[in-house]
Amino acid sequence: MLLRHTSTDVAERNALTVNPAKTCQPIGAMYAALGIHGCLPHSHGSQGCCSYHRSTLTRHYKEPVMAATSSFTEGASVFGGQANLLKAIETIFSVYKPEVIAVHSTCLSETIGDDLNQIVQKARDDGKVPEGKKVIFASTPSYVGSHVTGYANMVQGIIRGLVERHAEPTGKLNIIPGWCEPADMAEIKRIALAMGADVTMFPDTSNVMNAPMTGKHEFYPRGGATLEELSRAGDAAYTIGLGKFTAGPGAEMMDKNFSTPHSLQDLPYGLAATDRYIMALKRVTGGDVPEELNTERGRLLDMMTDMHQYLHGKRVAIFGDPDLLVPLTEFLRDLDMRPVQVISGTPGKAFAKRMKELFEGRNAQVNIKNGQGADMFLLHQWMKNEPVDLLIGNSYGKYIARDEDTSFLRMGFPILDRVGHSYFPYVGYTGAMRLLEKMLGLFMDRQDRDAPEERFELAM
Amino acid sequence: MSKSDGVIAARAGQIYTKGNGEFALACEKASTAGAVSQRACVFCGSRVVLYPVTDAVHVVHGPVGCAAFTWDIRGAMSSGLELHRNSFSTDLRENEIIHGGEPRLEEALRHLIAKFNPKAAFVYATCIVGVIGDDVGAIAKKVTRDTGVPVIPVHSEGFRGTKKDGYRAACEALETLIGTGDTSDISPLSINILGEFNLAGEAWMIQDYYRRMGIEVVSVMTGDGRVDDIRRSHGAALNVVQCSGSMTSLAKDMERDYGIPFLRVSYFGIEDVSQALYDVADFFANEDVKRGAEKVVREELLELMPRMAPYREKLQGKSAAIYVGGAFKAFSLIKALRTIGMRVALVGSQTGNSEDYKLLEQMCDPGTVIVDDSNPVELSRFIIEKDVDLFIGGVKERPMAYKLGVAFCDHNHERKIALAGFEGMKNFAEEVYRSVCSPVWQFAPRRAGRGIPASGLHIQAEA
Repeated sequence: MLLRHTSTDVAERNALTVNPAKTCQPIGAMYAALGIHGCLPHSHGSQGCCSYHRSTLTRHYKEPVMAATSSFTEGASVFGGQANLLKAIETIFSVYKPEVIAVHSTCLSETIGDDLNQIVQKARDDGKVPEGKKVIFASTPSYVGSHVTGYANMVQGIIRGLVERHAEPTGKLNIIPGWCEPADMAEIKRIALAMGADVTMFPDTSNVMNAPMTGKHEFYPRGGATLEELSRAGDAAYTIGLGKFTAGPGAEMMDKNFSTPHSLQDLPYGLAATDRYIMALKRVTGGDVPEELNTERGRLLDMMTDMHQYLHGKRVAIFGDPDLLVPLTEFLRDLDMRPVQVISGTPGKAFAKRMKELFEGRNAQVNIKNGQGADMFLLHQWMKNEPVDLLIGNSYGKYIARDEDTSFLRMGFPILDRVGHSYFPYVGYTGAMRLLEKMLGLFMDRQDRDAPEERFELAM
Repeated sequence: MSKSDGVIAARAGQIYTKGNGEFALACEKASTAGAVSQRACVFCGSRVVLYPVTDAVHVVHGPVGCAAFTWDIRGAMSSGLELHRNSFSTDLRENEIIHGGEPRLEEALRHLIAKFNPKAAFVYATCIVGVIGDDVGAIAKKVTRDTGVPVIPVHSEGFRGTKKDGYRAACEALETLIGTGDTSDISPLSINILGEFNLAGEAWMIQDYYRRMGIEVVSVMTGDGRVDDIRRSHGAALNVVQCSGSMTSLAKDMERDYGIPFLRVSYFGIEDVSQALYDVADFFANEDVKRGAEKVVREELLELMPRMAPYREKLQGKSAAIYVGGAFKAFSLIKALRTIGMRVALVGSQTGNSEDYKLLEQMCDPGTVIVDDSNPVELSRFIIEKDVDLFIGGVKERPMAYKLGVAFCDHNHERKIALAGFEGMKNFAEEVYRSVCSPVWQFAPRRAGRGIPASGLHIQAEA
């Protein structure tokens, strides 16, 4: 028993987080920045931050993750990190030759009062930013929000620093995907293209964080939104943001700064959320839903009807990030499953409100907690008190799943112990089929494992 | 790729090719700002050293990231409690950044001690704590006094130097425990094993060798560590230090404070592990112990050597690049690679000092490149230039090597198999073989057309 000290008595814990269901802002900013082509993320803080974020992203994606750091020293923490950042910008452009440097702050540089806006401006004034190259930035203090907030903040940094408005409208559609896998981003784009939209998507980590093996170490892999695309994004006809927490602030900013109208949808996990995404696309393009997508939807529905008997009443505990948990919970609900425990370390009242709406009028008993005190220790205690059939979340769920002998589906960030998440989507109708297949596989494997011989069935 | 690509001008002094003029290598320099350095921070150093103390709680005082990213980060195995595999954080928010985090730390400690009943609590100060000025020492004292459980501050603010400074801070934290336990029943033939973290159970193997020699192991710092063992470690007759980077300072302090001499050893590679056992036997100048050491080495080699031959045959003449945290590890790796017939084309470390590099230079063949605090652009350039068959490094280097079509062996925190000791040498050979001779490389674009490596001839894994 790895977590043998986990007790069933749930005590008030105000000052202590045990086994967090979140991490800090900068890694989200780093991930978002990797969705810009030719971009080198830069961590303005101590060396360790950058090292930890790179290591975690590397473990999750099995890809080289490049990012630079201001390498703070004792001196920098007393006198400010301006000199470090100026030097860093110079070094990066001369050695690593990116198109863009995306600087994010850390708790250290925020607390000593470094002003990224002012320092980056100084770098430009001092001629440290070569012609045609860009430096963008986002303030990402680790003591506010979570990694989710960091992603949203860097999306806004991208808009502030790279998106422009010219006279000529392009008629294009901007899509801002919330935090999801590169394969999900590619699928989101495929669906939009199938709907006939002309799309600019940012961030876009597909072909960056799931790059092919080429025999070369591509410092800047082929994927990512290009500077050229981004510079015209302000002339687009419309912006769709997917995910209130990670894409919402960016989509709103597009509206505010460039008057491109926007709509905010859930990330399209599951049938209903994918329907809504496609309807949003339809409102923009005005075209019909192509046969290709109708067929995919029909297949998903076919699988759901074929298998609904195996899903009824299954109790599920889920943890992770709000933009995943909301549509995932909705999908589970629609599959007649019972999401009974929901944990997110990311703070924000909007999350709990939205989750409650999903269960309105359904007489469901659901434990939902997010922000302060919502950690994996609490989730484990809940599960001990009221066992579930399935746990869904990132790799850190494996300790609980093992101790409680609960089926476990890996979804979210980070996944450190399995592959597939970066290659195969969970979004869209076919992604939902994959999710369904995985859950059914877990339930049926368990049924086969636990069945007495006389009840062991061939056909299921 | 042109010659100048990827080399930061200021780093020219940190790269040397053996045979190119007189040896000089700049090191122990702060990384150039803006470098994609593979280095980490002070906190990281402290956290990895203390992490394997299994019956203590490790409280990371700061915003949640530092705790989240070091949650169960190493495969340091425990034979008992597994408290260390949890992540405890004060999860500081904006309010504490403004008003201070002391009350929160105190509450967290009291709660933890009441609920988890640990033998000790280590409190790691992160960057932010150094800046907002929390007096971690005062809180630690207060909670220790009230609860009787030693609460030990670890001064590991990330910006206060490199990972090495973090090792030092961890040693200082351990020193507050050392000297507080009863040593009356400790044998005169006794040692502490320092700088061994029980990754994949390595400390257990090493302890077993010493026990077979008739030596009592008082404590292992910190692999499968126990607070009570550390408390009485000053009763040992000798400190045996591996991984000189992390624990030599502790050994020196224990020599000063308790008169315990120390030996520096490595348990990696046949020569080094044998030498480690002989050196300890020599120290005790006891015939039984000497005979014990000889017996252990003889038994282990008899078992090992026949199993090594097939790997050596397959790996003969292949070349390797080594990039590791501490230089000391590189010495052993060079020797171990020679044991399996391989040569070293590139060797470097994140934190070596000039003494380390001098020794490295002596060990290397002409043409070998030696680097300090390198970065991915440099490393991939050298991998291609030197056309190596194997890269030995850590988590951040693995996918880079694979993308280049080069085999990889993790010799860092994340290794899954024991590489120390005699058994470890066989594991090392097997792991290197498994990767270098994998048929997957025949499909790698850079290597395509060079003929298919030895596949299909799987060396039989023993039962």
